[in-house]
Amino acid sequence: MENAAIIGIGMTKIEANKVRETFADMVWEAVNKALNDAQMTINDIDNIITTSNDFWDGRTISCMAVGDASGARNKNVSCVEGDGTFGAFYGLTRVLSGSYGTTLVTAHSKGSESISSLITNAAFDPIYDRSLGMDMITACAMQATAYMYRTGTTSKQIAQVSVKNHGNAKNNPMSQLPMDITVEDVLNSEMISDPLHKLDCSPVSDGCCAIIIANKDRALKYNDKPVWIKGVSFCSDSYFLGDRDLSKAASLTKATNAAYKMAGINNPKDEIQVAELYDAFTYQELMWLEAMGLCDDGKGSELLENKYFDIGGKLPVNPSGGLLSGHPVIAAGLIRIAEIVKQLRGEAGKYQVHGAKLGVAQGVNGLAGQSHCVWVLGKEK
Amino acid sequence: MSENMVIDSGNARQPFNYSVGLYGSKFFKELKENKRFLGVKCPKCSKVYIPPRKVCGECFIETREFVEVGPRGKIGSFTILRYAFIDPETGEQKPVPYGYGFIRLDGADTLFQHYINISDENKVKIGAIVEPVFAENRKGTIRDILHFNIVD
Ligand SMILES: [Zn+2]
Repeated sequence: MENAAIIGIGMTKIEANKVRETFADMVWEAVNKALNDAQMTINDIDNIITTSNDFWDGRTISCMAVGDASGARNKNVSCVEGDGTFGAFYGLTRVLSGSYGTTLVTAHSKGSESISSLITNAAFDPIYDRSLGMDMITACAMQATAYMYRTGTTSKQIAQVSVKNHGNAKNNPMSQLPMDITVEDVLNSEMISDPLHKLDCSPVSDGCCAIIIANKDRALKYNDKPVWIKGVSFCSDSYFLGDRDLSKAASLTKATNAAYKMAGINNPKDEIQVAELYDAFTYQELMWLEAMGLCDDGKGSELLENKYFDIGGKLPVNPSGGLLSGHPVIAAGLIRIAEIVKQLRGEAGKYQVHGAKLGVAQGVNGLAGQSHCVWVLGKEK
Repeated sequence: MSENMVIDSGNARQPFNYSVGLYGSKFFKELKENKRFLGVKCPKCSKVYIPPRKVCGECFIETREFVEVGPRGKIGSFTILRYAFIDPETGEQKPVPYGYGFIRLDGADTLFQHYINISDENKVKIGAIVEPVFAENRKGTIRDILHFNIVD
């Protein structure tokens, strides 16, 4: 697929509490940054997709509340509830339909305004699950137990994901939690829900991201640095967690294989030079890497120990610092895409992966990775 | 402009009456009256689902046959919750720590989530056999089961 490109990106700094800004203020900042980056004006935008979640925003039809800041007045605007990668997928299909030459996609949330565990608890089935009080952290803790049991991965090993990603964040001025920490710091941090320590979990964050997608004709009209969309796919698993083998991400494997096929990738381990993944928890980075065929099943921890996923390693993963260093829900996946765009343009500054030509970004929607959206992006058409 | 103003939502609530459907009604009636667990069996792949639902997602086919599962089962995965956390039912902080588990009830192909008694943490393991403890006054909700105990 070589018919569309990402030609503009913009994001706010990720922060624990953007108390000075409303949702729309954050969107305004990210949208203007994306337009400037693409060297476009709002008049060059043919249609708009906003991505949000009503529970996180504390209002119904939340997507409409950011319409003006997205430049949607007098334009066709549609909405996606879920992660930004899924909003971008919809935006891409609108460009590929031929009806629109460009799509502006935004995604935002402010975790600071509510009680995260109550919001994620509300994602559970109200008849069978919700009153038991399970939330995203406890569900993922059970997934971690299952994954670690199956693969033999240890707490000490998953802790290294936290050390790497917080360390990478030191070079990313947009990240919330740059930190110099050790494996011992992770293991000594408060046990939240076995086997997850506090430093195995991503923080509560506020932030917004915007990207501009263009068809192949429009892609070359503006800033002349398009990043080409080579392959995209998403796939969903069952809603009830108990229906799944939680130790594996079968839907991610299916989505990834479809995206690789579209991109003409036969050997992802050798062909992809950088990955930005949805590391909401330390173990997830390893689990997702394995499910995406970027390393062998159960071998992620070993490669991690050998610095394979460090900046400068064979396959740098989350050079930006990932979600462990800042996790604005909804925006998080779109930020992964924007980070890969930066890498392929050579604009990632101190966390640049040298010579990156092909990268992969992943977004997650639903509890413990119910559905996954995978983007393969390339510098060359 | 130095003050950062926020508006508090107060104790605003959004009450719902969630319909449990025919399958849910059967499940909760059995639980309440007979302390039995009902699952459903897919007519095509024979997978037994709990909680019962009308559709096998894999086969996209309607399930009609109810089958009894449990009451014993095995832990499929678990966690011990240790951070202070608000009970969505009461709005009060729940005492920690306590255990959650995914339990494969005997005869079921999917896992059922509930509390696990963690009075002996060392016994909480994948594969451990558990059995349910039921509430005295059952109301036809998921809390009619108090928790699962680990059986030696
Ligand atoms: Zn079936």
